[in-house]
Amino acid sequence: MMGAGLFLSVIFSGDVMASVAANQVFAPWNDPKETPLIEFRGVTKRFGDFTAIDDLSINIYEKEFFALLGPSGCGKTTMMRMLAGFETPTEGEIILAGQDIAPVPPNKRAVNMMFQSYALFPHLSIEDNIAFGLKREGMPKNDIADRVAEMLRLTRLEKFARRKPHQISGGQKQRVALARSLAKAPKLLLLDEPLGALDKKLRQDTQFELMDIQEKTGTTFVIVTHDQEEAMTVASRVAVMDHGKLMQVATPDRLYENPENVYVADFIGDVNLIEGTARKTGEGSYEINWCERTPPLKSTSDTVLSSGQGCTIAIRPEKVSISSEKPEEADNAVQGKIIDIAYLGNLSTYHVKLANGQMVKAQTANTRRISRRSFTWDDDVWLSWTATAGVLLKG
Amino acid sequence: MKRFSWFNATSLTLGFAFLYLPMIILVVYSFNASKLVTVWAGFSTKWYGELLQNEAFLDAAWVTIRVAVFSSTIATILGTMAAYILVRGGRFMGRTLFSGMIYAPLVMPEVITGLSLLLLFIGIGLDRGVFTIVLAHATFSMCYVSVVVSSRLVSFDKSLEEAALDLGCTAWQAFRLVTLPIIAPAVISGWLLAFTLSLDDLVIASFTSGPSSTTLPIKIFSAVRLGVSPEINALSTIMIGIVTIGVVSFSIMSKRNAVRREREERAAIHAT
Ligand SMILES: Nc1ncnc2c1ncn2[C@@H]1O[C@H](COP(=O)(O)OP(=O)(O)OP(=O)(O)O)[C@@H](O)[C@H]1O
Ligand SMILES: [Mg+2]
Repeated sequence: MMGAGLFLSVIFSGDVMASVAANQVFAPWNDPKETPLIEFRGVTKRFGDFTAIDDLSINIYEKEFFALLGPSGCGKTTMMRMLAGFETPTEGEIILAGQDIAPVPPNKRAVNMMFQSYALFPHLSIEDNIAFGLKREGMPKNDIADRVAEMLRLTRLEKFARRKPHQISGGQKQRVALARSLAKAPKLLLLDEPLGALDKKLRQDTQFELMDIQEKTGTTFVIVTHDQEEAMTVASRVAVMDHGKLMQVATPDRLYENPENVYVADFIGDVNLIEGTARKTGEGSYEINWCERTPPLKSTSDTVLSSGQGCTIAIRPEKVSISSEKPEEADNAVQGKIIDIAYLGNLSTYHVKLANGQMVKAQTANTRRISRRSFTWDDDVWLSWTATAGVLLKG
Repeated sequence: MKRFSWFNATSLTLGFAFLYLPMIILVVYSFNASKLVTVWAGFSTKWYGELLQNEAFLDAAWVTIRVAVFSSTIATILGTMAAYILVRGGRFMGRTLFSGMIYAPLVMPEVITGLSLLLLFIGIGLDRGVFTIVLAHATFSMCYVSVVVSSRLVSFDKSLEEAALDLGCTAWQAFRLVTLPIIAPAVISGWLLAFTLSLDDLVIASFTSGPSSTTLPIKIFSAVRLGVSPEINALSTIMIGIVTIGVVSFSIMSKRNAVRREREERAAIHAT
């Protein structure tokens, strides 16, 4: 699934690329000349003694599909509410399009929010719900009708225009909420767990729909989710948060391949974490002592570590090979016993216990039929991986 | 269908008899031809005719209706505002004190409310009349309205208002276009409550009325002290009639709304 997510996001950024500039990847965050649409500068938010957002700085660029990912209660909704104007930062400032938005009330911000609870107006029809923001703008009647029709078409709600919110299904409500927040063509659209209430199938369909809409309208989206697969699928960049702190901001593939810390490595996808002490053996290459009786593990690293420093190697299970004989020219090879096999259909994950008790997971694609699988429970096997397969992290 | 046990039937009959027997007697005797209230002497509507000739009663009725309409409208506006601030205003200084104080008049003896208002009006040199009764009624019925409205507001999803703000409403527009339409049924029942409270109030009205502004309950009360007349019965019957018409038309109205909603629903489904 994770693979599919990455694949999709690659396709997606490919599409954006085509519309932004030929033969150039959409990556404004790498371009120092680009000014961000939103800038959080050292923002802290406290509720009494409790710090919900802790000294957070982020740049979000125009036309980005930016995802906030993190466990429940880490401050995602609070960030959105500060952008929409329902909370003010205790410290720091938020800049939107070059302007500090602290003194701007919610109704004067070029920002629209899709609420976690949808917050549709129960006394108005679907049409009137969508037209609500346009009427406040003082748009001429005919233009409102056109715009509403366009939104209904975009979200495929034409048939339900005259109904009241209580007469439509949960998924349809969610699309109305989306249409309503899109209707004013805001510079920035905030989506707070927009797909939380949907079943998996509808959720995936809607994810594509969202990406499609984002691409068509060129609006900047900030989406909150605690489903990492969803974040990886839709987003151009993902911010991983924990306890009000920013852990890492990166594209989905970098987040997966180059986590900056143990928290992110552990939070995104499945990972093996092996702790040890580093010894520098060359420029960017290290040996890690992790167990007394076994030879050290070799790993390359972009992070500079000093000899004797504590570190963790993070290796994805699909980068660990499993074999019955000791492989000849592997950089790292360790022996262990298969404790458990998780059969996932297309993949199998082997849980292998090493001599010192450390568990390591190895994942292989099931290209053969199950009856001809080469390993089974309690088999002694060798696990191996290259020096570049893992990521070396401090601590 | 559930079986109707004799126990249920009896308690229903007893309960309704308890509630309505006195009124039925009153209505029946209002059509009595005899001047003596307790002796039946045949059917007649002459007391109704006489009532229409009675200037004093007609004046009192007119005063009462004006007082009820104005005071319940003022009470509804003030009560709704108070409820809104107390439920939505967040934590401001003395919020708990205020919300406690809004309930105090509910349990305050009417005599005390009436007396204190009287003292106030005398103190500021306000001549007693329709205006002072309106003020007094608005004062005591606004807390009933605020109780009714705030119980509705508590269960009102705050994010609806935030959504309205988000879509470009000012705070006032958000209230008028989103909050008010949704809580309207509670506001209307608050108004009806205030209206009936004002219609039948005797104590506070007698403290705050002037010589030119007698309300119907005061008039009836003072007339009854000289003996119950069939005219009073006729008047009371009319009042019962007005209240009944009000209640019935209100329920028909809301029923119609429900039917219309259902029809819309069906139409919407057909469209698919
Ligand atoms: N008005 C408030 N008063 C006090 N604490 C609050 C308030 N709003 C949020 N918090 C606290 O701030 C923290 C962050 O809340 P927030 O709603 O941003 O979480 P979240 O990341 O959106 O979580 P979820 O995924 O569950 O929606 C939580 O611990 C919450 O209890
Ligand atoms: Mg949330």
